[in-house]
Amino acid sequence: MVLINGKNTAADGKTVSAYLEEANFNPQTIAVELNEDILPKPQYGETVLKDGDVLEVVSFVGGG
Amino acid sequence: MPTKEEWQNAFAARHGEKLQKVFSSSVVAICGLGGLGSNIATALARAGIGKLILIDFDSVDLSNLHRQQYKASQIGKYKTDAIVENLCEINPNIRTEAHTIRLTEENALTLLSQADVICEAFDNPQAKAMLCNLVLEKLPQKFYVAASGMAGIDSPNLIKTKRVSKRFYLCGDGVNGVGESDGLFASRVMLCAAHQAHTVMRVLAEKYEV
Repeated sequence: MVLINGKNTAADGKTVSAYLEEANFNPQTIAVELNEDILPKPQYGETVLKDGDVLEVVSFVGGG
Repeated sequence: MPTKEEWQNAFAARHGEKLQKVFSSSVVAICGLGGLGSNIATALARAGIGKLILIDFDSVDLSNLHRQQYKASQIGKYKTDAIVENLCEINPNIRTEAHTIRLTEENALTLLSQADVICEAFDNPQAKAMLCNLVLEKLPQKFYVAASGMAGIDSPNLIKTKRVSKRFYLCGDGVNGVGESDGLFASRVMLCAAHQAHTVMRVLAEKYEV
């Protein structure tokens, strides 16, 4: 299981890109941290989630 | 007008001498000077932060005045010029470095290099995401305080500060964006700005937990 935004999720084996697409995140308005480190956007496609990973997807909405 | 020493004594009486020394030697960057940024800047100037780096390309518009720290007499002025005027009236000893420019991936690293803490106070979600990725990737030694979700008239108690990772804090309710709810209200935007300004002060006080 992968802990994604505080929730255990069966996303092991998926790439970050695949997970983000399935979960309907807009790649233009997010930042992704994998195990407390920022994941650069070019690495979304090649990074495969493993059991025990902690993924934090920060999604920005407009307003300020 | 009070002397510089009288100012320092007044600050020290409120924040403690040791912490005030830290505040007055700190540099904080505020990216965007709208509802969030103008309120963050005001709080930090009042607290006697040494230097603020203030960045915005826009001018004061009538539609800003319901939530931003500007005055009717400042409509049409660059927000950088207007905020510097207002901050210097509040605290004549504040040092400011204002840049009337759109912050981009190309210029951000240079403009932000001196800051101890960086506040993201944009309104556009793509710009928020761009700066977040850039700072966390390229300036990992900085503290970063971002905001997402303060629109609408929803409960004020939903606005929170989250420590996403060691040096990255996110303030807001995380969900209420402009367009999906009913506009922006001064009080709720100020709450989020206050969370950001307070997080800056806590980080400078080396109180990192939320």
